[in-house]
Amino acid sequence: MAETDPLLVSLQPLVAQLNADYARAIDDDRLEDWPEFFAEQCLYSITSTDNQRQGYPGGLMYADSKGMLQDRVAALREANIYERQSYRHLVGLPALLGETDGVVRAETPFLVVRIMRDGRMDLFATGRYLDAIVEEAGALRFRERIVVCDSSRIDTLLALPL
Amino acid sequence: MSTTESQHTWPGDTLTRVPYWVYQDEANYRAELRRIFEGPVWSYVCLESDVERPGEFRTTFVGEMPVIVVRAEDGSICAFENRCAHRGALIALDDRGKARSFQCIYHAWTYDLRGNLTGIAFEKGSHGRGGMPASFCKEEHGPRKLRTTTLHGLVFASLSPQAPPIAEYLGQEILGRIERVLHRPVRVLGRFVQVLPNNWKLYFENVKDTYHASLLHAFFGTFRITRLTQGGGVIVSPDGGHHASYTIDRADDRVSTAYREQGIRSEHQNYRLADPSLLDCVDEYGDGIKLQILTVFPNFVLQQIENCLAVRQILPKGPESMELHWTYFGFTDDTPEMHRRRLKQLNLVGPAGYVSMEDGCVGGFVQRGAATAADELSVVNMGGESAESQDTRATEASVRGFWKAYRRYMGV
Ligand code: FES
Ligand SMILES: [Fe+2]
Repeated sequence: MAETDPLLVSLQPLVAQLNADYARAIDDDRLEDWPEFFAEQCLYSITSTDNQRQGYPGGLMYADSKGMLQDRVAALREANIYERQSYRHLVGLPALLGETDGVVRAETPFLVVRIMRDGRMDLFATGRYLDAIVEEAGALRFRERIVVCDSSRIDTLLALPL
Repeated sequence: MSTTESQHTWPGDTLTRVPYWVYQDEANYRAELRRIFEGPVWSYVCLESDVERPGEFRTTFVGEMPVIVVRAEDGSICAFENRCAHRGALIALDDRGKARSFQCIYHAWTYDLRGNLTGIAFEKGSHGRGGMPASFCKEEHGPRKLRTTTLHGLVFASLSPQAPPIAEYLGQEILGRIERVLHRPVRVLGRFVQVLPNNWKLYFENVKDTYHASLLHAFFGTFRITRLTQGGGVIVSPDGGHHASYTIDRADDRVSTAYREQGIRSEHQNYRLADPSLLDCVDEYGDGIKLQILTVFPNFVLQQIENCLAVRQILPKGPESMELHWTYFGFTDDTPEMHRRRLKQLNLVGPAGYVSMEDGCVGGFVQRGAATAADELSVVNMGGESAESQDTRATEASVRGFWKAYRRYMGV
């Protein structure tokens, strides 16, 4: 049982804190901090339960380096057009699934409300973070964060990262 | 001047002015579903590989009509309305599946893979009482059947016996442009649905609108994926309904200052990618065409942006709403390098695409901007007044082509 492994038990609050910090960075519009939650060698992908079930490897956002995450932020700031909007993430408690060779696997449910510039609020996405977490330079970082949305439908566009 | 069932009229015999009511009017929208989507057109419904083996089916829509597309026992592809002949319930509830027959869950009437009504629960009643009248003829009842046709792995369906053979419908040039992209068996990489807050026509026009691409999508211009100063052009089918636009990299574009001189947002000289592997593209078709966007009237888009391939299906959902169904694909024989390249380049398109996310909101901007301007007109004058092919993309020829086809189908 994962929950009784003393290492995982001790890591659980740290992973919860990592998730909380991650969500605050996005929700506070500190997108430039967002790549910093990832290890140098990393994979970030946004997919859906259905795509996963079908074995489709493609994602709505797909980055296999920290540089690609930084490029995402730069494009959002410099190039892409979308109405001003923000998120409120509600991130559940992480379930730590196991550890091998210093890599911790975790699964965490999330819910994201999108707030548009005119005040409209929509339940924009729900899903699970499937993470591989490592320690790098004294901090926990995502080596892999696969965002599995429960639905494959996106309202209008997906600008900010989930 | 002519009228539709709606109260509104068209502004004379021109393709260069489009009244805004056409994106708003409910009666006109209902007429479109009948005259266009249920009319003599071919609607894209799915990939042939989605219904590979007998019994495999997909549920989708032609216009707003729910349909089942299924491979029959003899290998042919059948399509029929997803509506039970009894009381009209959906026959199939799943997006996809495998079936030997279909049974309606409401009262268990059954259908074969061709959509023929084959069984009625308690047809003879119970203990000699009740049941259907002896005169009831199953052959005379059933969901509406659609014709289907396939083309390089794509499946199209039509409710009308008048739709010409697909090759004739498209014309040689458009046909060749489809062949160019879909020349090998495809492998699906992902599927997403984008819900757009605008009339379906605004999106279809947007895809045909080569003028906006490098202006709205700053990412395009910045990385010279497509710029109006590059080579390329627009092919418009003779009937106006279909189009293919393409971009060819040109040496003189690399030093062109046209965007900067006009103060266009899409010129960021100091914007560089931290990880340029995203744009590590190869000329997989060997013809120097970096980008080809193709439409088939009324609901289909085939896209090649560098090595990023996708088909898009447009589903109208009321006058001011639509769904865009994205299917990203590669080919079954892609090398591992090409496979990885395509996964990276998927960042370019879809609801979160560097060069397509804007298309998700810009239709809504028009819908909202013109909310109270039903009788005002939009201006479609770039590149003149005709709907003919041109060897520039600084034109709205294929948008005018759309209106040419639209007005003919609508009879306005
Ligand atoms: S509605 Fe389908 S069997 Fe009655
Ligand atoms: Fe666009």
